[in-house]
Amino acid sequence: MIAFNKYYNQFNILSISLVVISLLFLIFKGLNFGIDFKGGILIELRSTDSKVNVSTLRDRFNQMDLGDVSVKKFGNETDYLIKFENKDNKKNIIEDIKKNLDKSFGNNIDFRRVENVGPKVSAELLKSGVIAISVALALMLIYIWIRFEWQFSLGAICALFHDVIVTLGLFSLLGLEINLSIIAAVLTIVGYSMNDTVVIFDRVRENLRKYADIKIFELTNISINETLSRTLITSITTLLALVSIFIFGGEILKGFSLAMIFGVIFGTYSSIYIANTILVRLNVSQKTILKDEEKN
Amino acid sequence: MLYFSKLKIIFILIISLFLILIASSNLFKFDNNFLKRNINLGLDLQGGSYLLLEIDNKPVIEQKLQNLTITLRDYFKGKNIKLVNFILQNEKILFKVNEKDKQKVLDIFNDKKSEINPYYERFKSHQLEITEENDFLSVIFSKQGLVKLKTSSQEQALEIVRRRIDEVGTNEPNILKRGNDRILVELPGLDDPMRIKTLLGKTANLTFRFVSNNNEDSFGNEKLNYEDEEGSEFVSKRIILSGDNLLDAQPRMDSDTNETVVTFSLDRVGAKRFGKATSKGIGRQLAIILDGKIISAPVIQDTIAGGSGQITGGFTFQSATDLALLLRSGALPAPLNIIEERTVGPGLGQDSIDAGIIALIIGFILVIVFIIVKYKIFGIITNTALIINLLLLVGVLTLFEATLTLPGIAGIILTVGMAVDANVLIFERIREELKNEKNRLIAFDSGYSKSKTAILDANITTLLAAIILFFMGSGPIKGFSITLGVGIFTTLFSVYFIARLLTVLYISKNKNKEIFI
Repeated sequence: MIAFNKYYNQFNILSISLVVISLLFLIFKGLNFGIDFKGGILIELRSTDSKVNVSTLRDRFNQMDLGDVSVKKFGNETDYLIKFENKDNKKNIIEDIKKNLDKSFGNNIDFRRVENVGPKVSAELLKSGVIAISVALALMLIYIWIRFEWQFSLGAICALFHDVIVTLGLFSLLGLEINLSIIAAVLTIVGYSMNDTVVIFDRVRENLRKYADIKIFELTNISINETLSRTLITSITTLLALVSIFIFGGEILKGFSLAMIFGVIFGTYSSIYIANTILVRLNVSQKTILKDEEKN
Repeated sequence: MLYFSKLKIIFILIISLFLILIASSNLFKFDNNFLKRNINLGLDLQGGSYLLLEIDNKPVIEQKLQNLTITLRDYFKGKNIKLVNFILQNEKILFKVNEKDKQKVLDIFNDKKSEINPYYERFKSHQLEITEENDFLSVIFSKQGLVKLKTSSQEQALEIVRRRIDEVGTNEPNILKRGNDRILVELPGLDDPMRIKTLLGKTANLTFRFVSNNNEDSFGNEKLNYEDEEGSEFVSKRIILSGDNLLDAQPRMDSDTNETVVTFSLDRVGAKRFGKATSKGIGRQLAIILDGKIISAPVIQDTIAGGSGQITGGFTFQSATDLALLLRSGALPAPLNIIEERTVGPGLGQDSIDAGIIALIIGFILVIVFIIVKYKIFGIITNTALIINLLLLVGVLTLFEATLTLPGIAGIILTVGMAVDANVLIFERIREELKNEKNRLIAFDSGYSKSKTAILDANITTLLAAIILFFMGSGPIKGFSITLGVGIFTTLFSVYFIARLLTVLYISKNKNKEIFI
């Protein structure tokens, strides 16, 4: 048996500092919102022309007077990703850009993907994204509240917030882009983290019924150990699938799978070191669950 | 938990075989109508354009209020009430009326059966709202009035958009209402949306009006620019003909001048008016105006009585074709703005499919190998269930002809990773039970039943996340929530029916041997 409970205090301090650091990053550095939430234009283009490279493209775009333009390589040697804000909301801007590029590079440029999100739409997408995550958290809270006692719900929710905040903090730290698929990833993380916590809690509750004389400090450790191989195996298979998406799934899914990978790691960690420690700190005992069962 | 009745086994087999058969219709082309189903590929996989158009209703509201001022003036004149000092500004009509008539006017507006302010009987709200504002009375559209106005202009716009897109002839366009002032257009397989975007960006308001450089015109005149060339003309505000009078329009090559033109034919009313105007106005310039810009302003040489004519304007064949198309399909009630566009080229779409499938295969192999190493014979059972799970998932998606997007493929891969969770929970539990329980059958049985709550809880939480994504997510994200959500059901089915059935078969065959898990 591994003595997870020996490190409860240390890891709690670590988690609290991670959350605080993440919040500081989120407040002061903020998130790198993609055009889905900020509005603007994204062009993914491919060209095999040797004249086309990041600096020639940047020169071209700067001459077009579009404000701040970001030009980056995208996966391949031949692919580039261009992003800018389209502040003046010019019409037919994509056609104009295409003509302009064709003029300077010959007809060697292929627009593989174009996304143009107006300011009104991006504001709506951001709002519905925030609502989606809030509703998800609320629903999870209600579900867990129905299924378990309030001490358990509190533990699960703390673990959830920890995972979401630290994942977003990491995105802020690394400057990774937040777009629609990251919202999907965060919601899936919420589901996954909950899943993990629920499995351990289920065992804690079962053990609480079985052993009246074991303190919760020991009891959580027993439960974690009993479910440990399941926790590890599931995390590993999920990570195997995610790493495969990250490496082979193409550029578009990179951010999504990365967010999920972070989320699964934090989710596994938090169900052991956050959810359980809350039970310990709230001094949950056999009485806690029996009281509730008598009521029913 | 371990007992399966014959009936149940047959039931499981039928469902599995049925869904696998449906799934296989993606590979083989069946003749049978029921089996002829396919998973649709989303725009991000097959390539195409997604356009969200917003109707700019401001001109419509202003036009309606403009007309309303005349109606109001005439209506109250009939009641011997004089409305004066009409001002139209900020989507609002202001006017003055005698102090003694004020109450009367207010009463007429607020009467439940008011003739000039309808809707009350049907919607419990009037079309217009009247308030006192300093010396003026102010009339605006009520909430209900605006909703009616918007939905009606949305309906008209939808029809015109559909006609224009049909004329261009893309395959299976998807044109839908969104809210009450937006139209969503999905154009699968369209490589370059430029032409359709230009066509949808034009209101196509066509008018024929005389050029009048003097200020004698009783209707007043306005200065309009030419579309292509420099220069402008003063044009009368009186409309001789509008696009409504057109029956047909076609691009044509004029054999005399070797120029591309657009020929048109007019309805009876239009032909009469056109004949009259051209006979009176010989020698004058008749301006042909599209969306406030002059296309051309030829001098009338002769009376045109036949009800047909042609528009010149230095067209290329393409621009003549597009103008003819716009004229045929009619004018939009209000300008449309593209507020969101997402276009994926077919090359990228194919690359995404390839990458998605490679990721799926590799993820799948990694998981399968890991599980076999971990669980040996029971690993094979888990993997069999996993493969069937995938087939069932594809089968359900095919059955409902769901749309598969790139995030949707990610959802399937994620399902592969998480689907083993339930089996792992069960097998780990059985391992524990085997430590204390001599009777293997009982150990297996309690392994299944004791892990049940954890499995259900775990899947319900993921399902909750998928449901929220489905309702709040847009486009590709919806695709993710669908595969994730359906994946949960097929996973539970494959775990509790298929993997369990295989487990039961295995242990009953090896009753007398030692079983390790």
